[in-house]
Amino acid sequence: MSTLSLAVRDSGTMLRRNLLHARRYPSTTLNLLLAPIMLLLLFVYIFGDVMSAGIGGGGADRSEYIAYIVPGILMMTIGSTVIGAAVYISMDMSEGLIARFRTMAIHRGSVIIGHVVGSVLQCVASVVLVGAVAVAIGFRSTDATALEWLAAFGLLVLFSLAFTWIAVGIGMASPNAEAAANSAQPLILLPLISSAFIPADTMPGWFQPIAEYQPFTPAIETLRGLLLGTEIGNYGWITIAWCAGLTVLGYLWSTAQFNRDPK
Amino acid sequence: MMTTTHGSAIAATGLRKSFGDKTVLQGIDLHVPTGTVFSLLGPNGAGKTTVVNILSTLVTADAGDIRVGGHDIAVDPQAVRAGIGVTGQFSAVDGLITGEENMLLMADLHHLSRSEGRRVAAELLERFDLVEAAKKPASTYSGGMKRRLDIAMTLVGSPRTIFLDEPTTGLDPRSRHTMWQIIRELVSGGVTVFLTTQYLEEADQLADRIAVLNDGRIAAEGTAEELKRLIPGGHVRLRFTDPAAYRSAAAELREVTRDDEALTLQIPSGGSQRELRSILDWLDTAGIEADELTVHTPDLDDVFFALTGPAGVPNQPKENVR
Repeated sequence: MSTLSLAVRDSGTMLRRNLLHARRYPSTTLNLLLAPIMLLLLFVYIFGDVMSAGIGGGGADRSEYIAYIVPGILMMTIGSTVIGAAVYISMDMSEGLIARFRTMAIHRGSVIIGHVVGSVLQCVASVVLVGAVAVAIGFRSTDATALEWLAAFGLLVLFSLAFTWIAVGIGMASPNAEAAANSAQPLILLPLISSAFIPADTMPGWFQPIAEYQPFTPAIETLRGLLLGTEIGNYGWITIAWCAGLTVLGYLWSTAQFNRDPK
Repeated sequence: MMTTTHGSAIAATGLRKSFGDKTVLQGIDLHVPTGTVFSLLGPNGAGKTTVVNILSTLVTADAGDIRVGGHDIAVDPQAVRAGIGVTGQFSAVDGLITGEENMLLMADLHHLSRSEGRRVAAELLERFDLVEAAKKPASTYSGGMKRRLDIAMTLVGSPRTIFLDEPTTGLDPRSRHTMWQIIRELVSGGVTVFLTTQYLEEADQLADRIAVLNDGRIAAEGTAEELKRLIPGGHVRLRFTDPAAYRSAAAELREVTRDDEALTLQIPSGGSQRELRSILDWLDTAGIEADELTVHTPDLDDVFFALTGPAGVPNQPKENVR
């Protein structure tokens, strides 16, 4: 069997295992979705009246605030879903499964590829689920073209891939599943200090750079632009750069750990 | 040193490994003929798992010429992997999916066809008494069941050489005997088994050859019998309940080790039938009647303690000092 077909076949096997986990334990995935959905409902229905007063120069109503925060919530969904990948990887490492796979005549990287592809697919499914909740409470895209929808989808996949690789690195660096879940927490906290809930320029001046120079803000602004027709500006390219950078970083970090001799 | 690989499943010479500045293996040689059980015996931390990890391609050795199944491990690790099965110290099963799904996962990774995979999985689940549990998540299995599933998974690809790293650690006596039975069956099918254990009885029961690993070196190697012959220690023990009888016997038998407190006498003996008869005749002639007579042959415990004890401390039976 050629190297490529071996890689495809074994990665496919590993992906099936990964999806079997997700199907067998939907609660694990749903738990990860709890945070973005709760925040969505909390911000819209509890804080909504006050929060909306702060955007669009004041006087925005609830539906405008829903439109404002949904792109952020969708990105946060990705940050939350990839925590699952970190947890599953660290379980595989600590339970000796990865060691077992490494003594078999299979494509070496297949177990990681299976996790990565599985995680990206789960991210897409999660975004669709949370998106459905958003639509149910009144979120509507304004005049997005088919091309813009496609670009939005591509953005979500790219962002999922980047954060999945970071999560894989975190999972490998963690001694057990609990530690992995804890170490991956920043992935869900990062959107809180982005422009997800309030515009970055309404934040205190000293804080604005923190909100500005992190991957969530440009990605959220790009998604807003695609779905709601707001100004995208440079954010599109900045997002792609962030995604590419994080993917490469996560990939190098993960493979370096994967190739290290186990103790 | 030249080792012909013909007929040998594992041949390693000059195997060395250090982690950082800690030397774990300082040049060991191993030779395991095909179709035999080789047991690596040693205390915790002796380096047993490191040997298994190196031979199973998981860890690269710092130095050494290693061939497994005729393939050079440094040149073609993938060919080595194709012929081996590894069951590590801790059961490496996917706890989130069922036992059957674990088996089918292995079948897929060995690139068996769907029907072939199902057949092999069903056969092994049956053989390892896991049919009832097959549809349950592996995380719900007992320790013994997880071990059995682990070994069943290892066998999916019909490996010719199997590495078992402390396969019975943590198992109850019944599960342990089941495991021994499994290992015997494997060997009768022509498979080579490389086994590490800290249970001497296990090595004694199963292994054709035993190597004692201590401090990163092979302290001794041979059959169980050969190892036992390395150290003296066989004796016949006479126990008395009547102190007077004990004292007169002790006075009569001069060549004995006395234990005045326990009222026992130890007569050196290899434990053969002839030796025993002459001891009995001797006791009869002297008119000595012990309340209990036991024969103690040196076992691997004696060998183990003698070989792996701290340097400079002679092999002394532990005494209760209070």
